[in-house]
Amino acid sequence: MRIKALTIRILRQIIRDKRTVAMLIFAPMLVLTMLHFVFNGDDYVPKVGLVDVPQPVLSELDLSSAEISEYESEDTAKEALSKQELDGYILFKNQEPFIYLEGSDPTVNGETMRWLQSVFKPLQNTGVNIDLEVTYLHGSSEMGQFDYFGPVLLGFFVFFFVFIIAGVSFIRERTTGTLERLLSTPLRKWEIVLGYVLGFGIFAMIQSTLVATFSIYVLDMMMEGAFFYLLIIILALAFTALTLGILISTFANNELQMIQFIPVIIVPQVFFSGLFNLETISDWLSWVGPITPLYYAAQALRDVMVRGYGWGDIYIEIIVLFGFSLLFIFLNVIALRKYRKI
Amino acid sequence: MSNLTPCVSVQNVSKYFGKQQVLKEINLEILRGEIFGLLGPSGAGKTTLVKELSGLDQPTSGENYLFNEKMPSLELINRIGYMAQSDALYLELSAKENIEFFASLYGLKRNKQKQRIQEVMEMVNLAEHLDKLVGDYSGGMKRRLSLAIALLHDPEILILDEPTVGIDPLLRKSIWDSFYELNKKGTTIIITTHVMDEAEKCDRLGLMRDGSLIAVGTPNELKEKTNSDTIEKAFLVYGGVSDEN
Repeated sequence: MRIKALTIRILRQIIRDKRTVAMLIFAPMLVLTMLHFVFNGDDYVPKVGLVDVPQPVLSELDLSSAEISEYESEDTAKEALSKQELDGYILFKNQEPFIYLEGSDPTVNGETMRWLQSVFKPLQNTGVNIDLEVTYLHGSSEMGQFDYFGPVLLGFFVFFFVFIIAGVSFIRERTTGTLERLLSTPLRKWEIVLGYVLGFGIFAMIQSTLVATFSIYVLDMMMEGAFFYLLIIILALAFTALTLGILISTFANNELQMIQFIPVIIVPQVFFSGLFNLETISDWLSWVGPITPLYYAAQALRDVMVRGYGWGDIYIEIIVLFGFSLLFIFLNVIALRKYRKI
Repeated sequence: MSNLTPCVSVQNVSKYFGKQQVLKEINLEILRGEIFGLLGPSGAGKTTLVKELSGLDQPTSGENYLFNEKMPSLELINRIGYMAQSDALYLELSAKENIEFFASLYGLKRNKQKQRIQEVMEMVNLAEHLDKLVGDYSGGMKRRLSLAIALLHDPEILILDEPTVGIDPLLRKSIWDSFYELNKKGTTIIITTHVMDEAEKCDRLGLMRDGSLIAVGTPNELKEKTNSDTIEKAFLVYGGVSDEN
């Protein structure tokens, strides 16, 4: 009852603020559109598996500048491929090489193919057929940079805008004295947090549905899996952003100070979420990724949108995201003790 | 007017913000059905004291009791109406949406809600401005809306922190008329003010200065004891005494 009242009030406030609504929906679309036209590739060391490569051929190959692992059978190599331990593997059937690529990241595809071509060049004189046959586990040669980065960006924009809006409106609630007014009613602290989560959660769901629909159907972002899974992931992420935004706002005294948290809280998440290849990050920083919500959302989004995976492959990430939300909700209730002890 | 049973009891209350002491060993009883004024300059600790009484803050040492139960408690909060110094309203929403929101927080049912909203809005003369956005309200209208919200759940104790600041004399009179009306129905009213002539309207007064309660009594008692003809002079005498200590 009280939570419902709070939820309705928040939704009403959002709807009244037409500019913010427009901002939340169109800004991500605009930026995604721009990025769609901008993207380009960079350097990478491919991980390649060798299956049953004949000894004479092997001795001819220059295997430097790639991580090589050898496999007894195609099955084990395929498994490594689907776990993303390999970018691709070479299989010899009747003296002919076949190439299998993991395929979800176009940069990696490109690098792996380039490496393979340079390696097989010396064989041209030995009579081995080097008309390479390529099979993709995910994706295709058609896939562009934007298709791979898209899911991460989609997650990022939802996270970013929900974080800011929730944080700022909670700060406003504090600075205008309405938070104190709320706390002078029998409203419980967890009811305040939950009311906020529901109010902004409903709006975040509408926003992310629109942005995701635009990305997929207008910008033609790759979408292999089910739209429904995408929504679940985005919703879980929005909840995390929401609860984190409210929590962080406790440490800010005004809107400007909230904005100052962006470089500390938001920007690092972008670096560690998989927008840049995580394996090129130095070891002493690689622990950062797994403690950021965006890391899990990006992984799950990519699994659904690029790899077409289903529930079985994303549920852990979703549980982790909801876990983050619960943790932040809990911390929020504690933080509200500052304003009322009971 | 008052039937002499205390409904608020402040016992040895001190409050520190860091090292600064804002309330010093306050002892005070407020009687059921009276209009009690807390008078003092800004920074005297009035707001801190009424916040503790409304459950928003807790003393560092000592206890506050309402109806013989220790504050803060969510049960007691339901019996208090609190109006803060600043108008805590949502400017993007209409007056009706604001007041409906708070009515729901106090758990008023649909029918009762409608009826109460009409009653309190008429009491503060805002009934015809119910559908306006609060952002378009004047300062005085916002104050009155805040008051209406504090009255919604028909509280037994009404705690008002500087309710008439920035309000023109005519309006102030009409707001005080509604206080008297409520008081007649038995509502205990605790009011903070730094305006001396407003203090004269209270049944009893507590004079506060630098975190101490320096005197308590009816306006006439305070004046007689100090041989002053105004509350202001009485305040000066009590303040001077405390300075010598």
